[in-house]
Amino acid sequence: MPITRDEVAHLARLARIAVTDDELDVFSGQLDVILAAVARVAEVAADDIPPTTHAVPLTNVLRPDVITPSLPRDEVLAAAPAAEGGRFRVPRILEDEA
Amino acid sequence: MTEQTELTRLTAVATAERIAAGEVSATEVTQAHLDRIAATDDRVHAFLRIDGAGALAAAAAVDGARADKERLGPLAGVPLALKDVVVTKGLETTCGSKILSGWVPPYDATITRRMRAAGIVILGKTNMDEFAMGSSTENSAFGPTRNPWDLSRVPGGSSGGSSAAVAGYQAPLAIGTDTGGSIRQPAAVTGLVGAKPTYGGVSRYGLIAFSSSLDQAGPIARTVLDAALLHQVIAGHDPADSTSIDAPVPDVVAATKAGAAGDLGGRTVGVVRELGGEGYQPGVSAAFADAVSRLESAGAKVVEVSCPHFRYALPAYYLIAPSECSSNLARFDAVRYGLRVGDDGVNGLEEVMSLTRDAGFGPEVKRRIILGTYALSSGYYEAYYGQAQKVRTLIVRDFTAAFEVCDVLVSPTTPTVAFGIGERAADPMAMYAADLCTLPASLAGLPTLSVPCGLSEGLPVGFQVMAPALADDRIYQIAAAVEASYGHPLIDEAPPL
Repeated sequence: MPITRDEVAHLARLARIAVTDDELDVFSGQLDVILAAVARVAEVAADDIPPTTHAVPLTNVLRPDVITPSLPRDEVLAAAPAAEGGRFRVPRILEDEA
Repeated sequence: MTEQTELTRLTAVATAERIAAGEVSATEVTQAHLDRIAATDDRVHAFLRIDGAGALAAAAAVDGARADKERLGPLAGVPLALKDVVVTKGLETTCGSKILSGWVPPYDATITRRMRAAGIVILGKTNMDEFAMGSSTENSAFGPTRNPWDLSRVPGGSSGGSSAAVAGYQAPLAIGTDTGGSIRQPAAVTGLVGAKPTYGGVSRYGLIAFSSSLDQAGPIARTVLDAALLHQVIAGHDPADSTSIDAPVPDVVAATKAGAAGDLGGRTVGVVRELGGEGYQPGVSAAFADAVSRLESAGAKVVEVSCPHFRYALPAYYLIAPSECSSNLARFDAVRYGLRVGDDGVNGLEEVMSLTRDAGFGPEVKRRIILGTYALSSGYYEAYYGQAQKVRTLIVRDFTAAFEVCDVLVSPTTPTVAFGIGERAADPMAMYAADLCTLPASLAGLPTLSVPCGLSEGLPVGFQVMAPALADDRIYQIAAAVEASYGHPLIDEAPPL
């Protein structure tokens, strides 16, 4: 089933990437080719085969519940695009009330 | 050959020995490499940034420790090129992406910390495919790196800056990271040794994540012994990485020495039928077959094994890795670090996020995020991501069966020698095929390495060795035997830059 330009636009929106029209044209063609190639996984993956999520078996890893130092706040904020009052400053997150 | 040139030709082992013996200072060694970089990197572009002051300070510390008669580690004073996916406190780290341009990390990765503690001198950060997504280093936002063997060709990827730096004698050692082959494939096409340890063998703390169930850092060097010594420095349990293995590090240095001495201990070597034949350049197949016969002459028993599901590794990988990356790269949201675009007081958070990610990510990264978003979306998850995870099980089973009859598996590392810059840039599937041989061991989390096995058309060919999980020593033992059979490291045959 080919992937449509509209689907790619929808996926880009979900992934928060403001793709251009040109990018949409290129990506939808390329993704179609890639998807056709990778869909081959369905040829062999039968129902009775368990999935592997992680190659080397591990059980839950817990650490002692003790307080350890965090990174210095000012050093972390210094690397941020915008900071104010000891916090990350973010763009507007609420729509204006009508 | 001047004294300075000579210093850049030494192995890491010889460099450390000469420093420890007081024949040369770590400062002189570091300066020689900085000079070499200054003289050659306008043509190679292995480095994204050089940290001359930091490197000379680290070298001076080693010289001071020696003057104080402190015991030095086996790599103290040896310069190293560090892939820009590994974070370095106080030194800009971009991961080859515009979205992290100018980001100065507030902490060191565990491996950065371990290397500093061992007296290794970090010269700078090397170029890479953006977020380690690529097989040629052409996907870097900062321009491609060139292969020192032939400047019109790629140095492999994604650790192409690291492989080019070591092949170009700008550093005797480098760190690469390998998700689907990004250490082994660049090492193969530049005539070097590159190892991917067992998944969990080396801490991922401070590695900028691409595909977390696959990412693994490892050494790139001109000889097997140099790689083994660096492996030993960076490996070992780290509580800061919950997937780190809490077990002793296999003695890869002793295994290398045993292999180099011709001691193959009656090892059985399995040639994987599915990783050869059609689609492999004749020169690559011939060089590989020659190396297999050398192992046979050295006393190894050679058998052919079949791993029928390996041909599904490529489709499975190109579902799993994009899926994990689409989730991992959500952290680049224009809030906590890196680029922010369109924050004009009118645009809301989501618009700023979308504009930033469009401006900050290159085409391959966007393609993979969109592909991963698709593969994980409701209605498609089972058909794509779910099936890929099952294929992973089938590949693990193929390996398990093969290791019942042999100790290691071998194959060419890549189907072709280094390809030309620009040759595959417009065709993602052709680019992905460069990882054909390296993907199965990645999906199974196994230790694996590439060692040079001769030339084809004047360009290096890589010999891949794969071993069961936690048997990292075996890959070094076999690689050392292959290397020893040629009498000298293949990189000696590289034309001068």
